[in-house]
Amino acid sequence: MKLTRLTLATALVAGAAFAEDIKPADVAFSDGAIETSLTGMPGDPARAPEIMDKGAGNCIACHEVTALNDIPFHGEVGPTLDGAGSRWSEGELRGIVANAKMTFEGSMMPAFYKTDGFNRPGDAYTGKAAEGELAPLLTAQQVEDVVAFLMTLKDE
Amino acid sequence: MKKGMATRTLTWVALASVAFAAPALADEDAELVVNGEIEMVTKTAAPAHLADSVDEILSGWRFRSDETQVLQLDDFDNPGMVFVDQAMDRWNTVEGSEGKSCASCHEDVETSMKGVRATYPKWNDPAEEVRTLVMQINDCRENRMGAEKLKYTSGDMVSMEALISLQSRGMPVDVAIDGPAQSAWEEGKELYYTRFGQLDLSCANCHEDNFGNMIRADHLSQGQINGFPVYRLKNTKLNTAHDRFKGCIRDTRAETFNPGSKEFVALELYVASRGNGLSVEAPSVRN
Ligand code: HEC
Ligand code: HEC
Repeated sequence: MKLTRLTLATALVAGAAFAEDIKPADVAFSDGAIETSLTGMPGDPARAPEIMDKGAGNCIACHEVTALNDIPFHGEVGPTLDGAGSRWSEGELRGIVANAKMTFEGSMMPAFYKTDGFNRPGDAYTGKAAEGELAPLLTAQQVEDVVAFLMTLKDE
Repeated sequence: MKKGMATRTLTWVALASVAFAAPALADEDAELVVNGEIEMVTKTAAPAHLADSVDEILSGWRFRSDETQVLQLDDFDNPGMVFVDQAMDRWNTVEGSEGKSCASCHEDVETSMKGVRATYPKWNDPAEEVRTLVMQINDCRENRMGAEKLKYTSGDMVSMEALISLQSRGMPVDVAIDGPAQSAWEEGKELYYTRFGQLDLSCANCHEDNFGNMIRADHLSQGQINGFPVYRLKNTKLNTAHDRFKGCIRDTRAETFNPGSKEFVALELYVASRGNGLSVEAPSVRN
């Protein structure tokens, strides 16, 4: 195949960022868990608080997390995430964050790494129909960052 | 993910946290008596059709902070009443080709419209459709007054809806769900339990399974519509039920339905029926 200079450049840039990412449609669950990193690399727990606050994850809308107590207003819809790293393995947590419905049937928790099978998907929060392909709520990297953080939430 | 998307996520939460006043939780045992005389039912046994879902039905008023609750105790403090006054003027104003006002046919609003709100949405026999109050108001405008329809959620329309609703204040919501209205009611029920959008959430997820719980800084109510039209402190105007439905569906990252659509008319009938037994509260005050 002959690549023009431009497409080659694009391929290289994209390759650097995404070459290793497993796409949402290609994720393999076993008993709700995803055993391998979606990026092929460990996540950075330091980036998680922002994602879990008003970032793309918004986890504390529904969950209480003592370690994030400097962020106000934690929700009560789901259980506290304290001790999640003791209750679950890394693969199980990755599975819960990517698609909690694979672990908890009919869960209210949104699937953060899934792009199809939705009813009337919208274009973000505009109320209009989505155009083209949906992006997952979290990128592969963000999922890994959140999982790495959850693993630090150990029982005392 | 693109930056723009990350910062636009979950507006329901982002908006809520703008109001940084600590969520002073409502006294859930407080009772609502308006103007020192109209005793409102804000909590009562659920209607029979909800037997498998909830035991008790609660007005959204019970879930609001003390500061918000108090605004509904007295019409002088209720910011929604200004709009009722405006609609009163319109009630008596001649519009359209027939030279008529609302009053030409219905005379005194306090007598002719008493009890009307409590039974809407309801089946209209000649038209063979379930009609909301807004649809009925527009039908009068078009076919009796020869006037233009008002836009479904326009300020003029919602004010008129509030004026008419006020005449039923304190009366129990009593919409019919059987007979010819039944198929629309079933359709509304179906929508209520359907999960929408990329967040994959139904009305029931938030308002049946989680009322009483905090979702970020928001205290989830049962999503009742006995108080509509509602004056919201957030946008400082009266809001229709369809506006609220649209907002809630949008917040699931879904494509919404339009105000006045067949879907929302059916949903209004169904949600209204979940409040059968609560008092008509309009215009109520919420955050
Ligand atoms: C709309 C509500 C909602 C949001 C948003 C949400 N969750 Fe959840 N989550 C739940 C519910 C409800 C459960 C309980 C599982 C069940 O029974 O459905 C749960 C369960 C979990 C569990 C298992 C808890 C345990 O130890 O048993 C973890 C871990 C978790 N969520 C992490 C997250 C993370 C991380 C995010 C954000 C990226 C998030 N959740 C966002 C509702 C939510
Ligand atoms: C993601 C959660 C969520 C979902 C899903 C949701 N709502 Fe809401 N809704 C809220 C929040 C938060 C409020 C504001 C606090 C309150 O009154 O509960 C609200 C408020 C309302 C109100 C105003 C109640 C009042 O007394 O002023 C109505 C009516 C309502 N919702 C109906 C619905 C209907 C119908 C659906 C489905 C089409 C729906 N909601 C879906 C979160 C949700």
